[in-house]
Amino acid sequence: MIHITRIQEGDVDILRLVGEIDASSSIELDLAIAKSVSEGFSKILVDCKSLEYISSAGLGVFMSYIDEFADKGIHMVLFGMNEKVENTFTILGLHELLKIARDKEGALALVR
Amino acid sequence: MRRKGLRRLFFVSGIITWLILVIVDVWAVFAIRSGFGLDIPTWLPRIILNLYILSLFYYYKFRIDRDEQLNFVDLLWRGFATGLVATIISLALLLLQQLLGDTRLATDVIYLELNYLINLGLLVSFLIATFTVWKRLILYQKSKWLLRLWTFFEYGFLGLLIYDCVAAESLTVFYALLGLFGVIAIVLAGNMKWVAFLNYKQKWTSLLLLLLTLFYLVYIFNSTRVLLGDSHMAEIRFINHHTSLFMWTMLFFVLIYNVFSFLVILFNLPTTSVFEQKLEEVVNFQRISQSIQTEQSEESVYGILLETSVSTVFADAAWLEIRNNEHKPRIYTYKITESEANDIISHLRINGVTGVLDQNQDKSKNLSRHLRTLKNSRFRSILAFPIYVKGDNIGRLALLKELSDGFNKEMTKIVATFANQAGISIENFRLLEEALQSERYKEELKIAKMVQKSLLPQILEHGRDFEISAFSESADEVGGDYYDALRISESQTALIIADVSGKGTTAAFHMSQLKGIFHSLSQDCISPTMFMIKANKALVYCLERGSFISASFFLIDSDKKEVHYARAGHCPVLYYKASEDKISFLKDRGIALGMVKNNSFSRYIEQQKFTYQPGDVMVLYTDGITEARNERNEEFGYNRLVKTIFDLKDFSPKEISERLIEELYRFSGRDRINDDYTTMIVKF
Repeated sequence: MIHITRIQEGDVDILRLVGEIDASSSIELDLAIAKSVSEGFSKILVDCKSLEYISSAGLGVFMSYIDEFADKGIHMVLFGMNEKVENTFTILGLHELLKIARDKEGALALVR
Repeated sequence: MRRKGLRRLFFVSGIITWLILVIVDVWAVFAIRSGFGLDIPTWLPRIILNLYILSLFYYYKFRIDRDEQLNFVDLLWRGFATGLVATIISLALLLLQQLLGDTRLATDVIYLELNYLINLGLLVSFLIATFTVWKRLILYQKSKWLLRLWTFFEYGFLGLLIYDCVAAESLTVFYALLGLFGVIAIVLAGNMKWVAFLNYKQKWTSLLLLLLTLFYLVYIFNSTRVLLGDSHMAEIRFINHHTSLFMWTMLFFVLIYNVFSFLVILFNLPTTSVFEQKLEEVVNFQRISQSIQTEQSEESVYGILLETSVSTVFADAAWLEIRNNEHKPRIYTYKITESEANDIISHLRINGVTGVLDQNQDKSKNLSRHLRTLKNSRFRSILAFPIYVKGDNIGRLALLKELSDGFNKEMTKIVATFANQAGISIENFRLLEEALQSERYKEELKIAKMVQKSLLPQILEHGRDFEISAFSESADEVGGDYYDALRISESQTALIIADVSGKGTTAAFHMSQLKGIFHSLSQDCISPTMFMIKANKALVYCLERGSFISASFFLIDSDKKEVHYARAGHCPVLYYKASEDKISFLKDRGIALGMVKNNSFSRYIEQQKFTYQPGDVMVLYTDGITEARNERNEEFGYNRLVKTIFDLKDFSPKEISERLIEELYRFSGRDRINDDYTTMIVKF
């Protein structure tokens, strides 16, 4: 189960993920990101501090936006991952394709 | 058989008692005429008559009362037939008497007595038969109270028989008892439930049978009485049987029920059609409900709906419009052409009649008004109902009559119920279809599982200096894990392990694609990096958005004792180095296949190489193993995997893989693990 809250700080949209992302809850993540994009945000931060687990389907959601964001010039930065979640990203090689920061400040620095 | 035997026994005993009665009576008359002293007590012939009556009572009980197959008309027919036989015999005797004229025989008292006794026997037989028939009719759909009253009534008759034998000829008691039984008889005669179940034709038959039965009753009783009144007999009559209290009561009861039945049926005649219609409705309703189980297709449900609705409300024509997924609705018609139906439909649409599909509207009035304006149509009334399946309006039923205002509120209600029921039938029918369909899919999946199993190698190639063993299991019928090994040359073997993101059928398809890619690319001694780049190119446009495949590719060179490999986002290989007695993960760069569409993929992939020595163990696995969870939601994880492999390092590859899986099941504590998991062990 995943709980996603969105907070806007200026022109930055912050998505806070709480819980676990598996095949079924990955749809919610996809919807949340799509909504943020459709509302015109070009700076999206994903707060992963409370993300406990992410399955390959969840990783697929992030992956699927890479090309689209590159084309549209949208910056998405993930931050605050715990070790296990970070390891999942690393094994798959997603850390090379996505921007990942240690904390919120680092993430904000990356989008600005 | 026992019943038949008893029936015969009572029949024979009836005849015997009657013969004894004749002998006794005739002898008594003979004695009186001859002036002998009369030494027969008066109660003797009475008792014999009573025995005759009882014999007949039981005979008819077995013949009529216990016969379950008789319907109402059959029952009346039994009464009538007995009467007919009795009357014919009685008439024959009368004719014989006429022929004899004033001969000596005709005035002979013994002959007259015999004549009288034959008539008496016939009368009793007829009365008892009719009594038994009435019993069946009265007790149809009996209540507890009615059954008690009837039992009392029957025992009362037994009492009357005994009274007839012993009682003094007290007129007061006679009339009191007659009155009491008369009242009970009238109360009992009020039970006419059976009449309602007769149809029109049966009612006419019953009327005729009852009328004739009544006629026979009156005739036979009268002829017996006339015989008695004969002047020759008056003074020498020994005993007057047929005016006993029993006879009078019985006659009264039989007569009164006969007359009541006749009148009730007569007055019921005009309303019979209504009852029949109601019965028809019930039957039709049942037919529609039953069509759920029995009918082969939706079309036959439609057919039954049309037919039953038409017959229930006496419509002249009807059509059923069913909207399927196709553009044009299908029309099923009854006694109306499709073009006629279409004319009416379009006419109603032009006139903007919207009430057709509104369930709460009084349809009979609303629509027919519009029909009047349609030229060339013979119909003057229309009634239309929507048919709903799972809340969706799938079509409508329209009934037509040539009369104006041909449908009343009752009919509207009934047809609305039919339409609802048909909707339920169709819904059930579709559910059944769906269930069958899903059963078929399950079968298909079973086949898919078999096919997929055959895609994974049954026997793994092993090289000169290493052995391989693998194990794979899917959470669903089919999964997205893949492993394979292919001997490329004398010294080189290619290995692959891969995991398609997601589970189930789509993953299985991509897994089979990957197999094709592996077998075609690895033939040419391709380098691991090149393999990954080409595989990515081949897969990237097949995979749907958000899907990817993680894979590791190995090329084992037995000559150089080297392993070249590339990792595309797959779980890092676990490697046991025997010389150091240590386990480590081979961590390096690499992104999963299908993640990057453009040529930049090559930037993220790198090729590694290591040399191996005998005793080294390489463990390839998918994330289903490390992410397997136990009841406390803990993951099996990398540490447990390392520990397990370290404990098993000295076993053969087959044993290592088997024991690893065993350990995994023990950890998860469940029969099923909710992800695909695969492991491939290479031991050098």
